[in-house]
Amino acid sequence: MKAPSDSKRAFDAAPWKGPTKRYDIVKEGTIALVFVVVLTIILSLFMGSPDDTPLTFKGWAISNPDNLYATTVQELAGTSGSATYGGPYDNASSGLNVGPLWLQKWAGVTHPINSANDFVIAPLSTQITSLEIANALATWKSATDTQRHDWATAYDDAITKVEGKLSDVPAGAYGPVPALAKGLTDMAKDGALDAALLSQGGFFQTDNTKQILFFGDGSYLDDAGTTANLQGGTWGMMNETGRYPGQAWLWLYSFWYQIPPFNNEESKPIGANADAYIMYIMGVLSLGLVLIPIIPVIKTLPMRIPIQRGIWRQYYETQGIKRRKK
Amino acid sequence: MSEMWTAKLRNKWQKELPIEKLLPDDQPAYVGSWIYVFGVLTLSALAMIIFSGLILAFEGPAWYHTSDAGKFTNSLHFWSVQLFFVFMVIHLWGKFWMAAWRGNRFATWATGAVAFIASIATAFTGYLVQTNFDSQWISFEAKDGFNSMGIGAWFNVTNLGQMLLLHVAFLPLILGVITVVHVLMVRKRGVVPPIDAEPSSVSEVGR
Repeated sequence: MKAPSDSKRAFDAAPWKGPTKRYDIVKEGTIALVFVVVLTIILSLFMGSPDDTPLTFKGWAISNPDNLYATTVQELAGTSGSATYGGPYDNASSGLNVGPLWLQKWAGVTHPINSANDFVIAPLSTQITSLEIANALATWKSATDTQRHDWATAYDDAITKVEGKLSDVPAGAYGPVPALAKGLTDMAKDGALDAALLSQGGFFQTDNTKQILFFGDGSYLDDAGTTANLQGGTWGMMNETGRYPGQAWLWLYSFWYQIPPFNNEESKPIGANADAYIMYIMGVLSLGLVLIPIIPVIKTLPMRIPIQRGIWRQYYETQGIKRRKK
Repeated sequence: MSEMWTAKLRNKWQKELPIEKLLPDDQPAYVGSWIYVFGVLTLSALAMIIFSGLILAFEGPAWYHTSDAGKFTNSLHFWSVQLFFVFMVIHLWGKFWMAAWRGNRFATWATGAVAFIASIATAFTGYLVQTNFDSQWISFEAKDGFNSMGIGAWFNVTNLGQMLLLHVAFLPLILGVITVVHVLMVRKRGVVPPIDAEPSSVSEVGR
């Protein structure tokens, strides 16, 4: 494709000196606004909008109490996803990295979370409903960190060994852990855990981080996401609950999660750090979108692929303008 | 008099963007395709988003769960966002194939692209403040990406209060300013001429 001449560049930049036509820009804007308003009202009246009820800990405790119970044990043992996450919640791991860039680690712990205390002990301490719970809390609080770890880990391992079937867990040195897990599950069944998790630390609360993280440690939220077809491996970012369109504009972000090595957590280093790699890729691509006018090859595509001939077809025909020579 | 900042600003404004450019009653003859409509449709959808969003803001994030009027207003907000993105993406593709950055219009393209990215961020925070199951799910899933970049240390997608304030105040302000700048640049520079139009093909006959 022939590069634009200096005169062509100056021509493109200069005020238009050629033929013009009447164009009522205010009228056009008004018609467009009325069109959009009417279309939006029609869509709203006939389609509505998505609004699936949020999950609750009460719902979790009723529908799958064993899973909530086992997750509680993981929080006490420090083996849950939250307890082993890393920044910005704790220092349990270094988090994700891309090459030498450990941004997650470098950003530090800005929302400190102690999963055993914040998810189990603190909420349970607000509602001591029996002497057994009171004794279990007192035993836990007076024990050393090592003792707590030994009790909770032994129980967590035992539950894992019987694949979550609590009735098959053999007797062992679990300390107060079974009583604490049962107490929290019962508290959740009564509906008290939802409020207790949110209200930690004060009257006014708008931060749902603890609830969301605790939810994510069990299977309740994950199963609901799978049922609603929202998992990342199935273009979840673009989907929406029900029959509604989701964030379709995130298609390129979702795309990377569908292909290797990003969709394989076992693949190192990229798959294991896919979230970080994809954020970098999208950052570069977003910058690329802004800089298209100066990116070689890409910036010449409109001249090479003559879609513009269709856009300005009427003008070209009227003026008898042929396509620029290659 | 001419040393006054106010006078300098006014003179520069009048020179660069006189009212005839800001509200023109004519356009170059090549402005005839349907593709030109999608810019103003995008702005119209944005107006509808702001209008329905203001009503939702006055009533609070949980109002629409329990009120028919709230549900309808939320639907207006939801569908105007969907239309906004459809119109904007078509507008963006149209401008790409027109190579609309030609003729010193790089900044016009760049502000449009940044507006698109800012729109994605604004819509994303909107999905986080729906206070329904979808927002629970999105916040849990999305936190990993932001945390992996260290951004999650300050942009906490599981913090409803932070996301709500960003969604109704900060991000719309940013998007609004970028959009205004973008539109002013379009008016200042004018609509890009056709790719195959050469100086020799344009007579001075005018309108």
